[in-house]
Amino acid sequence: SRSTQKLGGGLTSVFTKRKLDDEALEELEDLLITADLGPAVAERIIDSFRRTRFGTEVTDEEIRTALADEIASVLEPVAIPFEPDPAHKPHVVLVVGVNGVGKTTTIGKMARSFSDQGKKVMMVAGDTFRAAAVEQLQVWGERTGCQVIAGAPNADAAGLAFEGLKRAKAQDADLLFVDTAGRLHNKSALMEELAKIIRVMRKFDETAPHSVLLVLDATTGQNAMEQVRVFRELVNVTGLVVTKLDGSARGGIVVALADSFGLPVHAVGVGEQVEDLRPFSAQDFARGLVGSAEAEAETAS
Amino acid sequence: LFEALSGRLSGVFDGLAKRGALSEADVMEAMREVRLAMLDADVALPVVKDFVNKVKERAVGAEVLESISPGQAVAKIVNDALIDALGGAGAVPLNLNATPPVPVLMVGLQGSGKTTTSGKIALRLSTRERKKVLLASLDTQRPAAQLQLAQLAEQAHVASLPIVAGQTPVEIAQRAMDVGRREGYDVVILDTAGRLSIDEALMEEVRQVRAVTQPAETLLVVDAMTGQDAVNTAKAFNDAVGVTGVVMTRMDGDARGGAALSMKAITGAPIKLTGSGEKLDALEEFHPERVAGRILGLGDIAGLVEKA
Ligand SMILES: Nc1nc2c(ncn2[C@@H]2O[C@H](COP(=O)(O)OP(=O)(O)OP(=O)(O)O)[C@@H](O)[C@H]2O)c(=O)[nH]1
Ligand SMILES: Nc1nc2c(ncn2[C@@H]2O[C@H](COP(=O)(O)OP(=O)(O)OP(=O)(O)O)[C@@H](O)[C@H]2O)c(=O)[nH]1
Ligand SMILES: [Mg+2]
Ligand SMILES: [Mg+2]
Repeated sequence: SRSTQKLGGGLTSVFTKRKLDDEALEELEDLLITADLGPAVAERIIDSFRRTRFGTEVTDEEIRTALADEIASVLEPVAIPFEPDPAHKPHVVLVVGVNGVGKTTTIGKMARSFSDQGKKVMMVAGDTFRAAAVEQLQVWGERTGCQVIAGAPNADAAGLAFEGLKRAKAQDADLLFVDTAGRLHNKSALMEELAKIIRVMRKFDETAPHSVLLVLDATTGQNAMEQVRVFRELVNVTGLVVTKLDGSARGGIVVALADSFGLPVHAVGVGEQVEDLRPFSAQDFARGLVGSAEAEAETAS
Repeated sequence: LFEALSGRLSGVFDGLAKRGALSEADVMEAMREVRLAMLDADVALPVVKDFVNKVKERAVGAEVLESISPGQAVAKIVNDALIDALGGAGAVPLNLNATPPVPVLMVGLQGSGKTTTSGKIALRLSTRERKKVLLASLDTQRPAAQLQLAQLAEQAHVASLPIVAGQTPVEIAQRAMDVGRREGYDVVILDTAGRLSIDEALMEEVRQVRAVTQPAETLLVVDAMTGQDAVNTAKAFNDAVGVTGVVMTRMDGDARGGAALSMKAITGAPIKLTGSGEKLDALEEFHPERVAGRILGLGDIAGLVEKA
């Protein structure tokens, strides 16, 4: 019964007008929740939607567009591409995040994209802990033609970052990506190790790192809020990259993050290959989010 | 936030207790807070709705013993239902009841912890159960994935299948089982590449691996930080390969792990193990009763119940 009135129920509903009443709004709120915006942010967005459009007769297509616009307006201010500062040679980018989110892969993709733009890019294999992490980055070095600086297994990551920075400077590199081991934000010893990497690099260049990118997995739910809060506090994150948006997860938590922290979202990962990195577009992201949420609600019903 | 929420939630339960009678309205109010707590813990919305409806039914008109307050009665019903939904009290062991070499297939999304968990299970089986374990990586996708598993095997002091370049995952799986039979292994752990739930081609590939190896266990490895998409993951993998058990990794983080409930609800398969760190010994049995309180952000639910 209800399901026949569900949003996005095929082409016919695009033309059928329905009243945006409490029930319809509740459905929309559910759609946002299933996209990981979190119950609080979903409620807030629907509330402002309610104030402007309650009781109007709208088609599903109109609702979809309006809701996407509402969300895009939250995301617009954080859609800021990553741009290395040519004043720094090299511009040092420290890449951090919890385990398995896609840090190493993202470095490989970014290395390719900037070396394609004619920049000299180098990478530091700062994950000296995880099995075959160094070899993984070395494969990315081969794929991109960018030099990888690696140390002995279990070498001190901070010392290696220092060494890498020195060598990148000597070779006049434009960009230096420092890969780090995945770490959960609630582990203070591991977080302190990151702070140490920064301290030690500053002994060589007191302005480094020039960017600290936090990589987030789009499948992550509400815990991403804590990740951003803690990483930002301890290592002064300057921007975010959201990975794995090629899957069924829509990364709605990004809306909550934009709302709470306002950190730039530089890029999104849409696959495992070197070319699978895109600039973050508020419009596209919002549209994908609303579209997919519908599909999810359909399958869930 | 969690403290505030659990404060509010126990506040509701206390409120019920003071009134001394359990009306439908009381239950509804409490259930609204339970719903929010579960959504904040990343339990998937359809699973939350189902759970809340069931608990409502149980709670309204439930017999309230004279010795306890109605509030405590509701708290107990919620807690019991949650433990139930997570698989009941106690842990479910791995099923290795098959003719050796017993294949164990590891599947899941990219980066969920499959390779690390393969190493952990190998270590556990070889040390605690004196099994002869072979680790085989079928991951021809991720850079250095096979090397990663080989290094973990070394750390765990178990064997790993020699790496042969150019073989397909199905071919590697067959070779692993051949070696397993020939060299008298008890268990062969088959680690696969991460794949998206919507990737039909890769799902078909893992279906073929399953067909040629007939695993005794097909373990879906899931990150405890997973959000609402848990439903899609559970459904896709279960439909494609029939999940027999779930492993929740990164329980050492501070995520409340609501995905565990979604996994159980969608696949019906028990959560068997949890990962609690990056080291190979960081593998534990899953205890539903402990995770229930974590999901609700309510250590004190158990306390409330105990008072009863
Ligand atoms: N589908 C998809 N997979 C991705 C994407 N980004 C990374 N991956 C995959 O996710 C897995 C983990 O990626 P890594 O780059 O190793 O992640 P990491 O953060 O460096 O992991 P640790 O160093 O172990 O903490 C790999 O299988 C990658 O191929 C993406 O945008 N889409
Ligand atoms: N903190 C913590 N980290 C874990 C746990 N399990 C795995 N990891 C880490 O998560 C990251 C990814 O683990 P992998 O085992 O490579 O994941 P995977 O599923 O094999 O990844 P792909 O093969 O790329 O799909 C690594 O950094 C592991 O050390 C866990 O229980 N706790
Ligand atoms: Mg890495
Ligand atoms: Mg792996």
